[in-house]
Amino acid sequence: MAVVAALLCGFVFGLGLMISGMMQPTKVLGFLDIFGAWDPSLAVVMMAALAVSVPGFAWAQRRERPVLANQSTWPTRTDIDRPLVIGATMFGVGWGLVGLCPGPALENLATLSPPVIAFVVAMAAGMLLHHIWQKRRTPIRDGAMLAAAADG
Amino acid sequence: MANFTPLSAAIGGALIGLSAVLLMLLNGRIAGISGILAGGLGFEIGDKGWRIAFIVGLILAPLVAGAFGYAVPLPEMPANWLVVVAAGLLVGFGTRLGGGCTSGHGICGLARLSRRSIAATAIFMATAIVVVALTRHGFGG
Repeated sequence: MAVVAALLCGFVFGLGLMISGMMQPTKVLGFLDIFGAWDPSLAVVMMAALAVSVPGFAWAQRRERPVLANQSTWPTRTDIDRPLVIGATMFGVGWGLVGLCPGPALENLATLSPPVIAFVVAMAAGMLLHHIWQKRRTPIRDGAMLAAAADG
Repeated sequence: MANFTPLSAAIGGALIGLSAVLLMLLNGRIAGISGILAGGLGFEIGDKGWRIAFIVGLILAPLVAGAFGYAVPLPEMPANWLVVVAAGLLVGFGTRLGGGCTSGHGICGLARLSRRSIAATAIFMATAIVVVALTRHGFGG
């Protein structure tokens, strides 16, 4: 059942990205282009998402456990460390160059666009590189590090 | 602001928020796409099943909408493949190092008022704005 629920959630997420226009990289770049013909749509997408997720998460946090699992996995870290700052900067550079973040990139696989496929393969390769690099860096605490690193 | 589409942005955004809340209420999981993909590829602890199912659902959305007559536009990508691949590598490595992307930090994290997510979102937004300013209006642009 949890797999079916995840499929449904992914579908709703995909409808949201599609309807909001966020599947189109140039629409996202239009938001990031504050010195050009600025398009604030992405800000509205985020505010509308937060208008639903803030009360929804508050409700979920008060519940003892999720419907289809034994426990909820809320991120617990609060420290702003170097990996967070460097990682967010690297992501920002890649996002600004093309206008694709992971959600719309994966969803656009449906269009079979060759450059999107290349982007997704490169993105997966970047994740693999990070995985290998982190494993070498912290061989013993590997498991704990991976679990703690997952904000989302 | 000729391209501003507030109504569709609000409806789509609400659906994204609804998806994040449903995934937490039902499965107890954060809807962070970069983390879900990394887990689906086996780079995270835990089962791959629900993560792969989420990604399948994500890709199914435009296919189902297309079958019902919705015109899904083709993504406009840079002509330079080197830029595409470099950006993909940066997004993949950066989101893992930073612990999340636009969904995990930008929506789920902000909704929890997480300090890490507020910092990450401010950094990747500001960086992307600078990159677009440079590539569109910068040197020789």
